[in-house]
Amino acid sequence: MTLRVRIIPCLDVTDGRVVKGINFKNLVDAGDPVEMAGLYDFEGADEITFLDISASSSGRETTLEIVRKTAEQVFIPLTVGGGIRSVEDVDRLLRAGADKISINTAAIARPELIAEIADKFGSQVLVLSVDARRASTKSGFEVTTHGGREGTMLDALEWVESACDLGVGEILLNSMDADGTRAGYDIGMISAVRKVASVPLIASGGAGALSDFAGALDAGADALLAASVFHFGVHRIGDVKRYLAKEGYSIREESNQ
Amino acid sequence: MIAILDYGSGNLRSAQRAFAHTGLDVQVTSDVRTCIESDGLVVPGVGAFQSCMNGLQIAHGDEIIKERISKSRPVLGICVGMQILFARGLEPSRSQSSSAPGLAYWDSPVSKLGAPVLPHMGWNTVQADPNSVLFKGLSDETFYFVHSYAAKDSVGAMQAWTTYGDTFLSAVEDGPLSATQFHPEKSGKAGLAFIRNWLATL
Repeated sequence: MTLRVRIIPCLDVTDGRVVKGINFKNLVDAGDPVEMAGLYDFEGADEITFLDISASSSGRETTLEIVRKTAEQVFIPLTVGGGIRSVEDVDRLLRAGADKISINTAAIARPELIAEIADKFGSQVLVLSVDARRASTKSGFEVTTHGGREGTMLDALEWVESACDLGVGEILLNSMDADGTRAGYDIGMISAVRKVASVPLIASGGAGALSDFAGALDAGADALLAASVFHFGVHRIGDVKRYLAKEGYSIREESNQ
Repeated sequence: MIAILDYGSGNLRSAQRAFAHTGLDVQVTSDVRTCIESDGLVVPGVGAFQSCMNGLQIAHGDEIIKERISKSRPVLGICVGMQILFARGLEPSRSQSSSAPGLAYWDSPVSKLGAPVLPHMGWNTVQADPNSVLFKGLSDETFYFVHSYAAKDSVGAMQAWTTYGDTFLSAVEDGPLSATQFHPEKSGKAGLAFIRNWLATL
């Protein structure tokens, strides 16, 4: 038997509510985060990711409380990202019940943060979130910040390689071009990053049809993250898993269904 | 009462919540007396082998475990909390380049998995001894792993095996001393059932 493909619903949280938009714009309300995390766990999610997109510190406090409440009742790994700038921020989230944290903008501004977090808590807690889009950098993929609003001209492949060296435990690769479009994962980007990443790779952005999930796995993803297709009931987690099992991929059986 | 040894390593709250979910009194503590006298002691652990060993020794965890085992009081090591029970860890660290000594309850090393993508992260199958007490009713279940190093040699006790790159020990039941390379506290329903099985042995 082999390591199972992981299906990870992502909850974008702001001021205590789950929201979802297209290309990070036009956000609409999608529900209560604690309830949704519990439901996804029941339906067979292999991990849960919370992305805190709050602009304010009170929004961040609210997210901490959501993590606390979710961790009380959900016994699968919880990853939390958004606004993490220091070892202290990581400590606070782990104490609230997060198992992994994901960093993005702060690591681009100060790459040593990766080594600082990995030294203190181990690489396994640290997910590097890479918001990338097609652009005229060396590899053709550019890292963006601020939810895809700002370009950096930093080459996505070079960034992933150096982050692996600095000690990240996993890469969460978000396609800014595909995000929320349900037009399919960016297959070219996934396979390019797979070639340089020595750590597990989570594909994100663009999941629509069931065959999209298989496509991302074939391109080299170890785990599949999706938001809108789950939040708006296009697919249940069980639908994705049954489809993948039928196509010959190894999934974790959801014992509730 | 169940004590979770607080020596600065591991997601202690996750472990506390999962063990408390069974309805028992669970304390996260570094108090030596409490740890020695509790009905069961859980030794979590994440990060590097050497830094876990350092933290464990500062908290007198080595003496606590020794005292408990000499009195046949159950101890459960999780993840790096399992690895430090072996003779040595071959994980490089800043201060020590090749090998660091462990508590040597089992006389074999913990070495790097031979897989192209590390850490081994996610849900994987466990092949447990059919007579296992801890895996009773859990023969077809998957558990959540996050690690790059593991023990690969048989230790002669009741064992469970998992394969990722190499075949390695995913759990050991050896008298009062039990250990898992996976995280039962993060392994959903199967993990909670595993924890209940361990608690039933106390």
